[in-house]
Amino acid sequence: MLVSVRIKRFDPDVDRKPHWEAYTAEVEPTDRVLDALNEIKWHQDGTLTFRRSCGHGICGSDAMMINGRNRLACKVLIRDVGAKISVEPLRGFAVIKDLVVDMEQFFAKYRSILPYLINDNPPPEKERLQSPQERARFDDTTKCILCAACTTSCPSFWADKEYVGPAAIVQAHRFIFDSRDEGAGQRLSILAERHGVWPCHTIFNCTDACPRGIEVTRAIQEVKDAIVTGRV
Amino acid sequence: MLHTYDAVIVGAGGAGLMAALEASKSAKVAVLTKLYPTRSHTGTAQGGIGAALGNVEEDHWEWHVFDTIKGGDYLCDQDAVEIMCREAVEVVYDLEHMGLPFNRTPDGKIDQRPFGGHTREFGKGPVSRACYAADRTGHMILQTLYQQCVKQGVHFFNEYHVLDLLINQGHVCGVVAYEIATGELHTFHAKAVFFATGGSGRMFKITSNAHALTGDGMAVAYRRGVPMEDMEFFQFHPTGIYKMGILLTEGARGEGGILINGKGERFMERYAPTMKDLAPRDMISRYIYLEIREGRGINGKDYVYLDLRHLGRDVLNKKLPDITDFVQTYLGIDPATEPIPIQPTAHYAMGGIPTNYDAEVVIDKKNTVLPGFYAAGEVACVSIHGANRLGTNSLVDIVVFGRRGGRKMADYVKRTDLVPLPPDPEDYVQEQIARLLASHGGDNVANLREKMQVEMMDKCGVFRTAEHLRNVQQTLADLQDHYRQVTLMDKGKTFNTELLEAIELGNLLDLAEATVAAALAREESRGAHYREDFPKRDDANWLKHSLAYKTDSGIRLAYKPVTITKYQPQERKY
Repeated sequence: MLVSVRIKRFDPDVDRKPHWEAYTAEVEPTDRVLDALNEIKWHQDGTLTFRRSCGHGICGSDAMMINGRNRLACKVLIRDVGAKISVEPLRGFAVIKDLVVDMEQFFAKYRSILPYLINDNPPPEKERLQSPQERARFDDTTKCILCAACTTSCPSFWADKEYVGPAAIVQAHRFIFDSRDEGAGQRLSILAERHGVWPCHTIFNCTDACPRGIEVTRAIQEVKDAIVTGRV
Repeated sequence: MLHTYDAVIVGAGGAGLMAALEASKSAKVAVLTKLYPTRSHTGTAQGGIGAALGNVEEDHWEWHVFDTIKGGDYLCDQDAVEIMCREAVEVVYDLEHMGLPFNRTPDGKIDQRPFGGHTREFGKGPVSRACYAADRTGHMILQTLYQQCVKQGVHFFNEYHVLDLLINQGHVCGVVAYEIATGELHTFHAKAVFFATGGSGRMFKITSNAHALTGDGMAVAYRRGVPMEDMEFFQFHPTGIYKMGILLTEGARGEGGILINGKGERFMERYAPTMKDLAPRDMISRYIYLEIREGRGINGKDYVYLDLRHLGRDVLNKKLPDITDFVQTYLGIDPATEPIPIQPTAHYAMGGIPTNYDAEVVIDKKNTVLPGFYAAGEVACVSIHGANRLGTNSLVDIVVFGRRGGRKMADYVKRTDLVPLPPDPEDYVQEQIARLLASHGGDNVANLREKMQVEMMDKCGVFRTAEHLRNVQQTLADLQDHYRQVTLMDKGKTFNTELLEAIELGNLLDLAEATVAAALAREESRGAHYREDFPKRDDANWLKHSLAYKTDSGIRLAYKPVTITKYQPQERKY
């Protein structure tokens, strides 16, 4: 089937600001939006630029705004979005070129919440024990692939770029609620700051955008609870 | 721009990150990746990491050794396999100590499940050896290792694409990298270089591999005189989503899933009476094709079914949530109620840069070390996997040899000085890029690449014959000619991914030629290399590793012996 694809383009060497370009592509309904983008890049306009790698929703490279919603281009099928498709870069990060945005601030916020296991006790010879129930407690937030769909869909983030953002809080949650971790206190102090969890007003765009189905808003509220009650 | 380090690691998947964690404890290390680290393909591994912990049933690393060697159809270097299987246990506990969130048994230990080719008591039946985290074990490993790198302050150069290896006075002394964001070239001068750049599945039309997997590390080393070992051995994983190649883990069969043909038969019962659907991957892929050839595909077509209906929703949600999601997203199928159409997909390069079991690169049949050069993971050929890799062994491979190589390299750089760079180190890359940007009137990258992928899939895939191989050899020669005129639309400096795809195509073409040459020469069938014109394994003439050298007069093939310690080749039955 023939689809029309409008893409917001920007070439920093040539353009003063982004502009829309229109393409048509011959695709199958079961193709991914990523396949349509590749069809255009490979056979029509080699300058079209976007990040991509695994092509099946795991690596998180190709998060972008498709028909007004943050999605992974490789997880959205043509039949899900129909014959008129608009594609733009994620909102809230500087655009480097076309659909490629600057991810440095995003990763800096991730690093700021101490995203690694904190446990200074010498480990046992074998594995630290953890019950299936304890394991289930933080299962949801282990799924995060750092694609930035959540943070860049958040109006609180658009309004204040200092907000640490949903993804960083999800990553913190993964450790705060892991029974083997002892760094909850440190992370909760960081997230109790002004630009920690408080800008979240439970808008739910993050939960809607997450391609991994993580209940992001719930995770943020659990962290808020832990800060307020002092209990994990 | 010039940078100086003790050691430079190229590739930020499991092997690269493990090496970085080791080496950065005592040396000044930089990690270069053409992606961001968490985008690496390690993250897509699903089923599990194999280690004989014995948490669910009795197990021993010695059994794991035998299974790996038999799985590799006796082409594995057995001393290296012993090291890997023994160290696997310790390394899995280390990963857990780093925080890896494994699934757990009711008594809180790391949970394990059965997997293809892993047996108890040297082949008596399946054994639960795969330590897993839902069906996203690779994602967890990659995230955990990256978290530790953040904790340790490892220095990354993200979206730097390495395009050349620098060798001077017989020593590797650095790399040249292209900064993707700006088009600037950077020379990294180092005492040692470690390649962990992954595989080359994009050589084939239907593959489980990411777009990024274009064999860059292999090709860069190959062009600088390092031979490629065992290139003819490329694994086709039996269960890729029909037409898309997206991987559905072997773990699904570990949980009890079965393969059925157009008649509703569990056909693996006929071919592998003991292990059935948990036979090794190379064998299952061949049997799937045989069933299809004999008209027993679904509705007579070119696929069979993976049936998970009898597993029930609880198992699917707890143990196989990601593949349930894939199948729902891409096929609109609910695996609890419908069977899944699957076909073999190009998955893993057993061959690659030859190394010893300390990840030092070796360049001839005597295993002479090339000083200052290390490799681990899928890019390397130790050889652990021989002619066919068992599932879960790649995750073990990357962490064990990533760590061993990191340690060896850290030790080496303490004892050596920098070797000076060769004169004009960036010339080769500058010329390569200038030529690509200036070219006009030729084919575009995608057309050439697609032709290579279709022909390699058809003629150098699961079943090979001399006629088909010579045919694709000619096609590749023609494509190389056309490639010299390949023409780009994007001539810019900022994030020019069309230029990089052109360079990647050059890499794949070189590696495809080596693959076909090695496959044509090997007149026997062993593991994943199956010759319809030479269907039997021939140990008398072919129990040896191939080495393919790129020379000005074409590809020169040499051979080196397989290290056998305990297990003489036997008939490979499951």
